[in-house]
Amino acid sequence: MEKIPILRMGQFLLVTIQIDLYDRLALNLEADLVQMVSKTGARGVLIDISVVSIVDSFMGRIIGNIANMSKIMDAETVVVGMQPAVAITLIELGLPLTGVHTALDVERGMELLRKKILVDGEEQDADGEYAYDSAE
Amino acid sequence: MHKFLFMKLETAKMLQKKKKQIIDLWMKNQLADSALREDLMSNDDLRAQSEELVDALLKKLTDDNLSNVDSADFEDIYEILGGVSITRARQGFSPRETGLYIYSLKDALLTILQQEFKNDPVQLYDISMKVSKLIDSFGIVTFETYIKGREEVILRQTDEITEISTPVIRVWDGILALPIIGTLDSARTQVVMENLLQEIVNTGSSIAILDISGVPAVDSLVAQHLIKTVSATRLMGAECIISGIRPEIAQTVVHLGIDLSNVVTKATLASALKYAYSILQLEVRKKQTTLVKSN
Repeated sequence: MEKIPILRMGQFLLVTIQIDLYDRLALNLEADLVQMVSKTGARGVLIDISVVSIVDSFMGRIIGNIANMSKIMDAETVVVGMQPAVAITLIELGLPLTGVHTALDVERGMELLRKKILVDGEEQDADGEYAYDSAE
Repeated sequence: MHKFLFMKLETAKMLQKKKKQIIDLWMKNQLADSALREDLMSNDDLRAQSEELVDALLKKLTDDNLSNVDSADFEDIYEILGGVSITRARQGFSPRETGLYIYSLKDALLTILQQEFKNDPVQLYDISMKVSKLIDSFGIVTFETYIKGREEVILRQTDEITEISTPVIRVWDGILALPIIGTLDSARTQVVMENLLQEIVNTGSSIAILDISGVPAVDSLVAQHLIKTVSATRLMGAECIISGIRPEIAQTVVHLGIDLSNVVTKATLASALKYAYSILQLEVRKKQTTLVKSN
């Protein structure tokens, strides 16, 4: 059984989808990710889909679900590197993924997550200076 | 009966013998027409074109196929005619000029036949009808290919317009602008959207400005397309600003009840650019020292 690895990077979880997702795999990812969020207390989830070239409505819904579930568990989700064809397909399917943050690539996604958590988080003053520098 | 057949056999041969005369007469007919376009085609070219057709026609013409316009013998001629009328369509000849080209051949042929058969009205009538029918069928082919040629020209222009009219401009590092000129329909939106998204990937830009000051009218469908483009851009991880919203367009959008509240809209491209700069934390300033010196 194939499994999509979920990597932990400090406060964030990093998921890179390197193969075309089929339904079973997507469902497993959803379950694993929620488990991981709860286990690690992660504040952000970054999903890299830059090599995914095919999506269907099910995939779109799973991504939306993951974002909503993480949100309830106080973690932001950022989807990065979506291909033009995938974006057009999702829009045509009527899935604008409103609850999901997006970024062009992993670097900008990480930056966005850091900013989000600083804005929402309590340790804003302590770490604010540092995050701002690294963003530049 | 035998004599009649013999006479008929003569017709094709007779015409072949009179080839020079036919061509001269045809050319005379064509040159006599006031609508002759010497600017599009020189008389020598016209003569060469006409000779080629008469040559091919007389070579293939027998008394058997004269009465059968669908005969396979005429395929070459249809091909030549097709080539001639497509070139004429591309060169900008009018339908009338193209029609006169082929129908003046009929006049030439009928004149020759009249001279030849002036003592035999029955025969003349019979042959004239057949020649008439044959040239009419050529005429139909000519028009068909002429219109096909014109349609090709129109199709090519449509493609070109779609291609040209959707340039994605890189106005700043990380900022793309896409001025839309002309009405947005589904097919064009698709091209616009694909170009824009591809360019976002290629340049890694995080802001795209969609300028619609060149769009004459916005209806609910166009607005739908715009919203789709904005959402797709957002999914890619970039932000999309719509600029160039004229007062009339703002009126229509509100009257149609279209919700653009999730979309950043600006009145001019300049203000959209300013907004983009503020997102990227850039600022534009006057270079003060040099200004003082030059004044």
